[in-house]
Amino acid sequence: MPAEAKTEPIATRHGYGDALVDLGEAHEDVVALDADLAVSTQSIKFGKRFPDRFFNVGTAEANMMSMACGLAATGKVPYCSTFAVFAAGRAYDQVRLGIAHNELKVRIGASHGGVSLGEDGASHQMIEDIALMRAMPKMQVVVPADYNQAYRATVESYAKDRPMYMRFGRPSTPIVYEEIPESLGEGVDVLREGKDISLIACGHMVWRALDAAESLEREDGVEAEVLNVSIVKPIDTETILESISKTGVAVTAEEHRVVGGLADAVRQTAAEQHPVPIFAVGLADEFGISGTGEACMEHFGLTARGIADRAREALVLKPIVSHPPLIGPEWT
Amino acid sequence: MEAAASLANMHLRPVPDPKPPPKAPEREAAPSIAELERWATVLRIDCVRMLAVAKSGHLDSSLSAADIVAALYYRVLRHDPDNQEWPERDRFVLCKGHAAPIQYAALAQHGYFPLRDLMGLRQIGAHLQGHPDMRRTPGVEVSTGSLGQGLSMCLGISLALRLDGLDSTAQVFGLLSDGDCQEGQTWEAAMATSHFGVTNLTAIVDYNHLQTDGTTEEVRDIGDVRAKFEASDWDAIEIDGHDMTQVVEALERSRTLDRPAAIVCQTRKGRGVSYMESRFGFHGKPPSPEQAEEALSELEVTLERQTRALEEGTDSGEES
Repeated sequence: MPAEAKTEPIATRHGYGDALVDLGEAHEDVVALDADLAVSTQSIKFGKRFPDRFFNVGTAEANMMSMACGLAATGKVPYCSTFAVFAAGRAYDQVRLGIAHNELKVRIGASHGGVSLGEDGASHQMIEDIALMRAMPKMQVVVPADYNQAYRATVESYAKDRPMYMRFGRPSTPIVYEEIPESLGEGVDVLREGKDISLIACGHMVWRALDAAESLEREDGVEAEVLNVSIVKPIDTETILESISKTGVAVTAEEHRVVGGLADAVRQTAAEQHPVPIFAVGLADEFGISGTGEACMEHFGLTARGIADRAREALVLKPIVSHPPLIGPEWT
Repeated sequence: MEAAASLANMHLRPVPDPKPPPKAPEREAAPSIAELERWATVLRIDCVRMLAVAKSGHLDSSLSAADIVAALYYRVLRHDPDNQEWPERDRFVLCKGHAAPIQYAALAQHGYFPLRDLMGLRQIGAHLQGHPDMRRTPGVEVSTGSLGQGLSMCLGISLALRLDGLDSTAQVFGLLSDGDCQEGQTWEAAMATSHFGVTNLTAIVDYNHLQTDGTTEEVRDIGDVRAKFEASDWDAIEIDGHDMTQVVEALERSRTLDRPAAIVCQTRKGRGVSYMESRFGFHGKPPSPEQAEEALSELEVTLERQTRALEEGTDSGEES
């Protein structure tokens, strides 16, 4: 497919929308559904190109998900787009029974995940969708880091058998992958190597983790390893274990509650196979808030600085927790 | 235990068949109304036996739908148990998934799976789940069981058939309950169906007026369901859901329409078993062995009467 990699900041939802059109071109059985948010989710591009295969159901997300079940049971490959809060929240039961339980080839393109959608505030800021979708049996959870990866994730999703939840964001974010990656692979990419601490991030937090690693190196001489987890479920335990067994400590970063999402996925992996201290950057027991997207991110500490500060706290504890007999920080 | 075992054996005893179940699409003559009524009794007997063994499930909800399900599987639906993936087949979705036993009975009687499987209802290791499961049970089009979702699923199937150019041949039939009509999603689907100009969808409402906590009028009245579908721009009619002639006519008419069709069937919960019929307190409660015996003896008398009438009428050249 002739896709061009983006170099300037652009939202991940555009990667989804552009890929959807290319999928429609390549596969007759791809259909798209939206719930009156086609411009926001970018499914409008598919709708304009393939009006016969596009169903805008209006503000009725439950109906949309169950319709997708019927379409998929009859041989179509539906892509359902709406905001993350409605996809994972309002329509949870419809996704659960109709899509996940039936293991149908339905892809949920959930846009406007997290707090970075900004002004609309708590009612629209979905911060527990990764947890809900991770807990749901048979559901795969994909959180691309930038436009280029979002494009690949969407194109690649067509060939995957199981149901899939893909989370995209509203704001323009910097490019992490210079080219459109060939594949998401197993879902964890080491973007920067380091020996002192693992920074494990997903989605909008990946470029911030890279910035945090820069500042840790510059200000503290710490060599941080940065991992991008684009497939949160099923999680590539091998790459994560390899990194944390090398560094001995990790900080996770996600635009999500610190419960049930990336942090817990990593902690679960570590706790069972290689226990090391893992600190989480994310939302505590709180809802979102109105403000510009960036102001919201700052409010909740979802910034490069937030990640770096957490890393510094973690590094203080690292020698005590991971090597109890040692005295003094070995990393200095 | 013993009672259950004897019921299971009873099930394996063949029901006297004037004819084997007809097989669409190559069946020669459609079964008559009297034959359909008899098949409805056969399905009811299967349900009582299944529930007696399973000691769990929704018997009265299955019985109220028996006439509709018999009309569908034995006459109206174009389906072929030997070619279950036949793309042009009609689709049946049991939106009121809790009435699964009645669909299981119809599927087993048509050879989708062996009759003896019915005795595994709701048991570990058996394929007959508490609510229909498309991944486990042959002949189930989509999994249901969460009320309100079924009509949307039907709409999705109808649209997929239209995209495949099959909407003039393959009709989608969804069987809804009172409870489905209390769920808001059903009305999202109703509006969307007419909006998308779907022509091959029939919604059948098994309006039996009883739910878990009482009558629908007491719990939360759904009122004139026909009018609600009509207001959503459907062709909507109301019939007696136990009058086989009306049921068959309404179902067959629905596939000739160029609009989505709603058939509101006034029914009686627990139909065919006097002590249960339209009586509150049986929803989701399996019959005790005594209740099962009582129900079975009543239904077997009915079956005998219907069978005799059919045999006597055979030579008089009954119309099909």
